[in-house]
Amino acid sequence: MMNSPLMPIIIPFAFAILLMFAPKQLRFQRAGALVGAILTVAASIWLLQKVYIDGIQVVTFGSWPVPYGITMVSDMVSILFVLTSSIITLFTIWYSFRTIGIAREQFFYYPGVLLMLVGVNGAFTTGDIFNLFVFFEVLLMASYLLSVLGGEKIQFRESIKYILVNVVSSALFVITVAMLYSVVGTLNMADIAQKVSDVNQPGILTAIAILFLVVFGLKAAIFPLFFWLPSSYSGPPIPVLALFGALLTKVGVYAITRTFTLFFTGDVAFTHTVLLYLSVATIVAGCIGALAVWDVKKIIIYNIIIAVGVILYGVATYNDTGLRGSMFYVVHDMLIKAALFFLVGIIVYITGQTNLKKMGGLMKRYPSLGWLYLIAAFSLAGIPPLSGFIGKMLLVKGGFEAEQFASGIWILLSSLIVLLSVIRIFVYAFWGKEQQLSPIKKTVYWQIWIPTAILVLLTVAYGVGADALMPYMTQAAEVLANPQLYIDAVKGGK
Amino acid sequence: METLMILLIGVLVSVATYLVLSRNVIRVILGTAVLSHAVHLLILTIGEVKKGEAPLLGNQTADGPYTDALPQALILTAIVISFAVTAFVLVLAFRAYKTNGTDDLEKLRGDEHD
Repeated sequence: MMNSPLMPIIIPFAFAILLMFAPKQLRFQRAGALVGAILTVAASIWLLQKVYIDGIQVVTFGSWPVPYGITMVSDMVSILFVLTSSIITLFTIWYSFRTIGIAREQFFYYPGVLLMLVGVNGAFTTGDIFNLFVFFEVLLMASYLLSVLGGEKIQFRESIKYILVNVVSSALFVITVAMLYSVVGTLNMADIAQKVSDVNQPGILTAIAILFLVVFGLKAAIFPLFFWLPSSYSGPPIPVLALFGALLTKVGVYAITRTFTLFFTGDVAFTHTVLLYLSVATIVAGCIGALAVWDVKKIIIYNIIIAVGVILYGVATYNDTGLRGSMFYVVHDMLIKAALFFLVGIIVYITGQTNLKKMGGLMKRYPSLGWLYLIAAFSLAGIPPLSGFIGKMLLVKGGFEAEQFASGIWILLSSLIVLLSVIRIFVYAFWGKEQQLSPIKKTVYWQIWIPTAILVLLTVAYGVGADALMPYMTQAAEVLANPQLYIDAVKGGK
Repeated sequence: METLMILLIGVLVSVATYLVLSRNVIRVILGTAVLSHAVHLLILTIGEVKKGEAPLLGNQTADGPYTDALPQALILTAIVISFAVTAFVLVLAFRAYKTNGTDDLEKLRGDEHD
């Protein structure tokens, strides 16, 4: 079918609209959201196979010729992002049933989640730069709703800042698109990629590249632009936080990856060196934050920043190995961040607080949770059979191939700090003297334990089955390394 | 003409930056509104402000070149988006004022790291 790239966008959109008709019907809301997410995952898997076998899938709306209509492009990079986001949304919906609270569920929570998935999948799939802006706004609008839904004091306080930062960065995005339009005179990404080499104005294009880096860096929380993230992510409840942490920053990462491998390949010596330094600085900043805080939520939040730096490092080294490593790492990181937030959510549910210093001795009463957390922590740090290993190994190898030895070694060292920061939660919360716990409902505990365990098992399978996934990642890296493949697919080889 | 427009946009952006950096929530929101005006004007300017007919094909008397229609469509999209976001932020500021009892951003700081 020709419209296959649209399925992961249309399905959640249709279900979101459907769910808006009866916000108070709990069963309808839950079932509808779950079915919508499952169908989206199924459509994404189908599309993944289609892209893998038939190559890049392209749809231009209204059958307009290519640079004039809006094009949707599913190549291996975007479909991997889409599939991972859909899986995480599915698990988040499942996890939300017992954690988000009925008041929120009855006030358009599930439509909000599905609309955010629409925006995220759309941003990953679009082949038009202004359409990317629109999909950014779709997902941001939904994220504003989710971040403030419930109306607690801290949510109001933090979402004001979150929204203001995003309003300013959206304005910058439009400015940047306007400038790019004035230089190349087109909005279609494949067409832009072709024309940037023709216009031969390296100075202004480098300036636009840096502007894009600022815009998407604000979304992705790279080094000097990450200041908004730790506090605004500590506002919303855990399932929303898992969704934000796993998806939102990765949209920025995807946009940087796309623009810096498709458009701005003319002056790699400057742009990608800037990206390299910024990614290393991002890792440093994240590491300092992750070690400094004693709040379990914030430790994982700072780990998001570290991961963003690690992924962008692969883009900055800009060789086949590094790009493959980035693709491996980003899928792993989205899955494991969601799993870690779920686990932290369970810990917070049991202990009733987020302060690590006041926890202790959970291992005695919740051994299965402890082991699950340990697996997830090792996976995040990249201990060999688990999912974080292969991506980071390729990234470091790519760094060495690009003769960036110091930064490659720093990536390795940062793994130790990541391990230290998450193991600290294990040591303080699960070992030590048992603390007085307020009684919790055992059924609720198990109901949120099951999706978490399945997600952790999924990451383990991802790590163990890395060999089977290698052809997909190779294909993705190939598209990133040869923008001509993308251009030819969109423009029909012209 | 473009130079004049760019100067105006520069002034608007400076005003917006100044307002966004102030302490009062309403002034900050006004700043974002001014910023969005500047951005929309910039898209218009960047499509070149040449003399041309309004892009309406039904206009029988016109036969000269038309102005670029694409930036106008982009602006229209950007306007509704920023309108929606501004409406949301205004209501949010109102609710935050009622809940937190202040519109001073300095007082809306979070707790320090423990």
